Amino acid sequence: MGAYTDKIREIAGRLLKDCQVEMVIGFRKGSMPMMNEPCFVTRADAVDQLVWDGSCGINLANYLTGRTEARIGVVAKGCDSRNIVTHIIENKIKREQLTIIGVPCTGMIDKRRLKNLAPGEVLAVEEDGERVVVRGDGFETVHQRREVLQANCAVCHHRNPVIHDELVGDPVSEQTEVDRYADVRAIEGLSAKEKWDYFEALLAPCLRCYACRNACPLCYCPTCFVDEAMPQWVGKSQNPVDVRTFHFLRAYHCAGRCTDCGSCERACPVGINMRLFTKKLEKDAYEMWGWEAGLSLEQRPPLDTYRPEDPEPFIK
Amino acid sequence: MGVEPGRVHFSWISSAESTKFVEVVKQVTEAVRQLGPNENFVKKELKVA
Ligand code: SF4
Ligand code: SF4
Repeated sequence: MGAYTDKIREIAGRLLKDCQVEMVIGFRKGSMPMMNEPCFVTRADAVDQLVWDGSCGINLANYLTGRTEARIGVVAKGCDSRNIVTHIIENKIKREQLTIIGVPCTGMIDKRRLKNLAPGEVLAVEEDGERVVVRGDGFETVHQRREVLQANCAVCHHRNPVIHDELVGDPVSEQTEVDRYADVRAIEGLSAKEKWDYFEALLAPCLRCYACRNACPLCYCPTCFVDEAMPQWVGKSQNPVDVRTFHFLRAYHCAGRCTDCGSCERACPVGINMRLFTKKLEKDAYEMWGWEAGLSLEQRPPLDTYRPEDPEPFIK
Repeated sequence: MGVEPGRVHFSWISSAESTKFVEVVKQVTEAVRQLGPNENFVKKELKVA
């Protein structure tokens, strides 16, 4: 991980010094452990704040929407790179504007899981290859990295950036043996009533703070449907019907676009796994059209393409 | 999400296909009637502890 940090600083420094980019978007340490924050570096002498470790889970494609700088460097792990591709396809940024610093990723650490496993407040987290060392007041515990990965990273198939101009390390091996959709299938097997109750319980703690929407690179509409007042698409209350309407409509807006980057889930202050909605759609897009979002700049997404062989047994 | 199968229907009907339209409307009404009213999307009073 330290090697990645050094390499990111070196590349960022070079790009800025040679005026190849006006700024580099990457991560710096946050004020709390496991809370790295996005940062915008504009001077070569400031690249030392850039870091890379298992707490860089926020999706940096989110910060590219509509940017007007002519040249931007951006640090991108596998999922970020796929969302960058999606951004380019959706005309939110131009490929020529970007210098993509690709990071072959070995997964992000699930901060909630680590906190829950710790006997007290977590004050520091250090990563050393496969080992994750957690320290707090009077305790030190060691975890295996693969046991404390974010749920989406544990089943990720695209850890290596799909698009990049620089690479900070050798590509990592992809996880081909994982079962990506076990959780979605379990829910698909429930009856309608059970599904309803399951999601009722899942969404019960939601505050409608919209952190999930704000963290998602796909949610870039100037006025989100939840904020609109004329017409008002969805009630603004905490009523479970309104909360659910917000969640499933947001999920539908991500259909065929979501990369399962996990930014939304990571951002939620109350730990709701709203990815279950987007993941179902991601699974459907894969099974119906063989589509995985953000893999190619050439191919148009399924929802803006017509193919005579599209499945449509639901239309009578 | 927990919406019963049979509550939502999709159909392509051209503006010239009035007979098909009537048939589909009848089928949809019948199917939805059998399911009964949709209570799920009715806003109930929130429980206050
Ligand atoms: S919906 Fe969540 S997982 Fe999907 S792209 Fe947006 S932030 Fe990432
Ligand atoms: S981040 Fe969590 S609490 Fe906030 S709106 Fe999304 S699901 Fe609800």
